Amino acid sequence: MLDESPSLLRVLGLKMYFPIYKGVLRRKVGEIKAVDDVSFDIRAGETLGLVGESGCGKSTTGRAILRFYEPTGGVIELEGRDIAHVEGDALRELRPRMQMIFQDPQASLNPRMTVGSIIAEPLVEHSGIDKAARRVRVLELMDQVGLNRSFANRYPHEFSGGQRQRIGIARALALDPAFIVCDEPIAALDVSIQAQVVNLLEDLQERLGLTYLFISHDLSMVRHLATRVAVMYLGRLVELAPREALYDLPLHPYTQALISAVPSPNPEIEARRKRIILKGDVPSPANPPPGCAFSTRCPKVFEQCRVETPPLRDLGQGRFAACHLVDQPDVAA
Amino acid sequence: MLDGPAPVLEVTDLKTIFLTRDGAVHAVNGVSFAIAPGELLGVVGESGSGKSVTMMSLMGLLPSPPAEIAGGSILYQGREVRDMSRSEMRELRGGEIGFVFQDPMTSLNPVFTIGYQLVEPLRAHLGLSKSAARARAAELLGLVGIPDPVQRLDDYPHQFSGGMRQRVMIAMALSCDPKVLIADEPTTALDVTIQAQILELVRNLRARLGMGIIWITHDLGLVAGIADRVMVMYAGSVVEHGTVDELFANPQHPYTRALLGTVPSVTGPRARRLRTIEGQPPILMAPPRACPFAPRCAHVFNRCRVENPWRVNVTPTHDVACWWDAATGEHRRA
Repeated sequence: MLDESPSLLRVLGLKMYFPIYKGVLRRKVGEIKAVDDVSFDIRAGETLGLVGESGCGKSTTGRAILRFYEPTGGVIELEGRDIAHVEGDALRELRPRMQMIFQDPQASLNPRMTVGSIIAEPLVEHSGIDKAARRVRVLELMDQVGLNRSFANRYPHEFSGGQRQRIGIARALALDPAFIVCDEPIAALDVSIQAQVVNLLEDLQERLGLTYLFISHDLSMVRHLATRVAVMYLGRLVELAPREALYDLPLHPYTQALISAVPSPNPEIEARRKRIILKGDVPSPANPPPGCAFSTRCPKVFEQCRVETPPLRDLGQGRFAACHLVDQPDVAA
Repeated sequence: MLDGPAPVLEVTDLKTIFLTRDGAVHAVNGVSFAIAPGELLGVVGESGSGKSVTMMSLMGLLPSPPAEIAGGSILYQGREVRDMSRSEMRELRGGEIGFVFQDPMTSLNPVFTIGYQLVEPLRAHLGLSKSAARARAAELLGLVGIPDPVQRLDDYPHQFSGGMRQRVMIAMALSCDPKVLIADEPTTALDVTIQAQILELVRNLRARLGMGIIWITHDLGLVAGIADRVMVMYAGSVVEHGTVDELFANPQHPYTRALLGTVPSVTGPRARRLRTIEGQPPILMAPPRACPFAPRCAHVFNRCRVENPWRVNVTPTHDVACWWDAATGEHRRA
């Protein structure tokens, strides 16, 4: 792959299957391929945007990388070490290096703990520093994310959505991680608050040299934040490209439809715009169509798509796409 | 405020309060608007801005107590809705004015078939026979783009996807040929490609059915694409209102301007940094005496803190409630 700075994280052929059990005996009757053969890398200090619609497996990818699950197959290499199958204490030792910011700040904060103790919890679990030092660190973290120090003894319900998300961010930063998975961190917030949180994430990245995997369904926000963007559909990566290239000239028909479906806050552009309206719904991941997963909705589908799954092809200049049409560039563009 | 056809629905100075243990929360503070047949009015605001409460108040859908309509008038085709009896209201709801709610998962009854749920309002409001109602129900499902409508009538809600369920909800809202359709964040729970399908559907239906649509959303981009007029709400008041072209090309209120600045776009130049609106929207425990946006406003001056601005016309089709004049950057003399 194209390399300027070294990769912090490499994901190779990641598979995450969930079994389906049925009947009285709970026999395994099939599996849901939530993530199927996904490969990418994230360089130190960059933000990789991971976009797709609900159920495409983007959150599962993020969770599998952080080892919330035991992946079914593939390699997850963090700082040069394969962590896909480490267990027990070895896994626990890895935790401080990688953290997560959750979508719903309401649900991810314990309502019976004070803000101070929520932020201190990772320090208690992993760092072994004493109470006084923890207190200092908590207040320092609260400054960093723009929370008033005097709120340390308050409870989560006393805060607004945007402030709660700041608490979640402070907790994720407590152990000085190198890599943070942001799973839809702004989806539950109002537009005017979204911008505050996004700016904070950018400031922290610059100041602390963080690397983000930014999972979102909001294509315009990903365009703002990400250095490179990966697009998922039904458990597979369909396109991966540097930000400008992806938004200026999307190659995969799904990416094209996705970008054309985002409304723009400008009536003139909206009136002139050519929209690609996809037909039908996303197929069930328990029963994906043969061949290309997108073939049931693709406006440019042809025979080969229904029988043969296109591989993610390296097109040079950091661009990858999984579509039979990219071999025929005149049709794709 | 309007030229062209007479409005079907005209709301003047509507006020709604919630009586809570901590005192009265003033959720809607003197909202006025009107909608004409065939027109689409976009209502934009953040959560807590009173946009949903306004529409729920119109139709008497808020539980009372705690909610109470404290003032104003709601005219539907010249008749005062607030004076209507319960049975008249029932005819109005669903019959004359259709509703589509945000969450298609919770607004359908899971234990009845789609057909049953579609047939029910048809028989109640239009007095159709069983077979006629069923035929009409199938026709409606076809209208909103559901394949094999006759067979799908016997399916239960869980057998439909989210986008399909929202289509069923739209079919249900359209079933009695309403003159006004109120859609409260109908696509917020849906994916973008499915949202695009629903928007396309609404564009087509509007042209065909000629009803007035009120579309509530927090997404400015969405409004730019489908609305004729836009109304921006903040803290229970209309802060700006105008035709879609005027409002987006020439936003007047500092809140509208800031809101437009905070959303990134998938096209055009990419801002290095997003603009933010610092602070939080207020919860009003008393009727506003000052401008509710003043604590977050970049152009605030003394008058804003002592006198709540009223709506003044910028052009005949564009008005704003602000003491600051965006055209001159000076204070307004009104």
